[in-house]
Amino acid sequence: MSQTLYEKLWNSHVVHQEEDGTALIYIDRHLVHEVTSPQAFEGLKLAGRRPWRIGSVVATADHNTPTNNWDQGIADPVSRLQVETLDANIKAFGAKVYFPFRDARQGIVHVIGPENGATLPGMTVVCGDSHTSTHGAFACLAHGIGTSEVEHVLATQCLLQKKSKTMLVKVDGELARGVSAKDVVLAIIGRIGTAGGTGYAIEFGGSTIRAMSMEGRMTVCNMAIEAGARAGMVAVDDITLDYVKGRAFAPSGADWDKAVAYWRTLVSDEGAQFDTVVELDASKLKPQVTWGTSPEMVTTVDGEVPDPALESNLVRREGMERALAYMDLKPKTSMKAIKLDRVFIGSCTNSRIEDLRAAAEVVKGKKVAPTIRQALVVPGSGLVKAQAEREGLDRIFLDAGFEWREPGCSMCLAMNADRLEPGERCASTSNRNFEGRQGAGGRTHLVSPQMAAAAAITGYFSDVRDWLR
Amino acid sequence: MQAFTQLDGLVAPLDRANVDTDAIIPKQFLKSIKRAGFGPNLFDEWRYLDHGEPGMDNAKRPLNPAFVLNAPRYRGAEILLTRENFGCGSSREHAPWALEDYGFRALIGTTFADIFFNNCFKNGVLPIRLPQSEVDALFAQVAANEGYRLKIDLDAQTVARPDGKVLKFEVDAFRKYCLLNGFDDIGLTLRHADKIRAFEDKRRVEQPWLFA
Ligand code: SF4
Repeated sequence: MSQTLYEKLWNSHVVHQEEDGTALIYIDRHLVHEVTSPQAFEGLKLAGRRPWRIGSVVATADHNTPTNNWDQGIADPVSRLQVETLDANIKAFGAKVYFPFRDARQGIVHVIGPENGATLPGMTVVCGDSHTSTHGAFACLAHGIGTSEVEHVLATQCLLQKKSKTMLVKVDGELARGVSAKDVVLAIIGRIGTAGGTGYAIEFGGSTIRAMSMEGRMTVCNMAIEAGARAGMVAVDDITLDYVKGRAFAPSGADWDKAVAYWRTLVSDEGAQFDTVVELDASKLKPQVTWGTSPEMVTTVDGEVPDPALESNLVRREGMERALAYMDLKPKTSMKAIKLDRVFIGSCTNSRIEDLRAAAEVVKGKKVAPTIRQALVVPGSGLVKAQAEREGLDRIFLDAGFEWREPGCSMCLAMNADRLEPGERCASTSNRNFEGRQGAGGRTHLVSPQMAAAAAITGYFSDVRDWLR
Repeated sequence: MQAFTQLDGLVAPLDRANVDTDAIIPKQFLKSIKRAGFGPNLFDEWRYLDHGEPGMDNAKRPLNPAFVLNAPRYRGAEILLTRENFGCGSSREHAPWALEDYGFRALIGTTFADIFFNNCFKNGVLPIRLPQSEVDALFAQVAANEGYRLKIDLDAQTVARPDGKVLKFEVDAFRKYCLLNGFDDIGLTLRHADKIRAFEDKRRVEQPWLFA
């Protein structure tokens, strides 16, 4: 029988199944960060339990950590306590590896996993963080989980799951210059909606996805959760294997050959049936910009803010009106007329080396507009930062007037000091434009790294395709 | 975990679609290393007129009179009536913790986001999915009747309206069993410890690089 990639990954991890289909799924890799783990470790302690296989744990501090003045530590005492609690828990329980605050390899949990080869094809990967879907780019079954589940995985090495339905999102065609993986995934969410993938595991396929680098595929899978799908994934090919080869925790020698032979099977079989198929023509795609407070509220850079009056569904219309009031935007405003206060290039969606190179290509030799209060570049990890500095990207950003920061989640969710002030408007390469996400009262527009870079230079949304012709 | 069997509770309506977890419990409160005490900050940005931070005395903060949960008629509500895709966004379990701490034991809506839905069951909060038409009717009835209550029976999988109409809902058998009994998932899973060990041993041989 032909199987989808999802079915192969699922079937190879079922330890036990209940009558109603609820299954115990074995977990290969458990990524841990400071925000969603303290209560899980405390639960273990209170119940007198030991972790089942601590060697599966890869941990880092990322959400709360500052991105500047590292020599001064963490100023906010509440944040500091949370990070120190992780330090103490790892000290008490152990881990395969821990990249603490200020470590050379510290970074956003979804950036450090793949770059260290701690994320490998065929794995089940979990983390107390919804963007764990990122790791599906490696043909992993990767789930975000809650804190009770973090504790459950620590204690049992398993997760209780029901099988998802399968969706194939098939993207074909060559992307225009200036149109990126981020635009592809925003367009997909615009099409199927933020609940469109609920109950599904999405496989991204088609010639556009096949042509993407691993960084691009990670960007796409990262936002599968914004379409409501708990998991997104891409089949293994040469690009996957080339990326993994030689990474710190990747197998080598005979194990590598054996692994590759297995990994090559991690594709959907010819003729495999999906419950739903969505197709997208990428050749016509334009740069995307969100206008509202949900990632599905998206349009093209040459488009305009939609008019709620034209929406017939009442609940949707009210949602649009509320979003426009929050975003302080009038219907039919041209996207290019929207003036920005800040620019944020970073987050687990777009903070990898390729994202920084793409943004630097646009920025090179130009200056940040004087009307922009702050333009931040926050590399996804210490390794990304070091690589970028070797390539001189930091100079390009600094010369243009950007700030070049230490790695972390930063202004993606503003748990540290990097945040929008009430009413400020930001072009951001992150993944969520919810109310208050980047700071209470802040207004977020999601874009690609090159679009964010162009916005920093002009102070408005600008069609980056015009710059790269 | 607190078991859930039956509930006869006051209903509060939150008439918005796509209520995300950042709205349910804003990120500044995720810095806590505790599981309890999130209730006063549930829907913080909508509920109060000022900006909330951890450690504030919430009793002294100015309430937003326009926010539905602040209306006296909904005080003490245990059932939250919502719209589609409630709980979308992050995996933070602080969202069901906050709802539970506030006093909500059941949620009724058309659809819930996946991870949030899962997290509710781990915390004795029952999310109930009903068809759009029934949710619409409930919104209308709540608005029209002060003190509107519903009777939820998990074992029978029913929601009984005051006018006598009984609505059926679906729930996974395994989740229902755990919730009815207030079982701790970990304890249940560890009954299969031998199976887990056997699976792991086999895997260790077949894919040794996963255990390096
Ligand atoms: S970068 Fe943003 S989305 Fe990614 S893990 Fe950090 S806070 Fe979450």
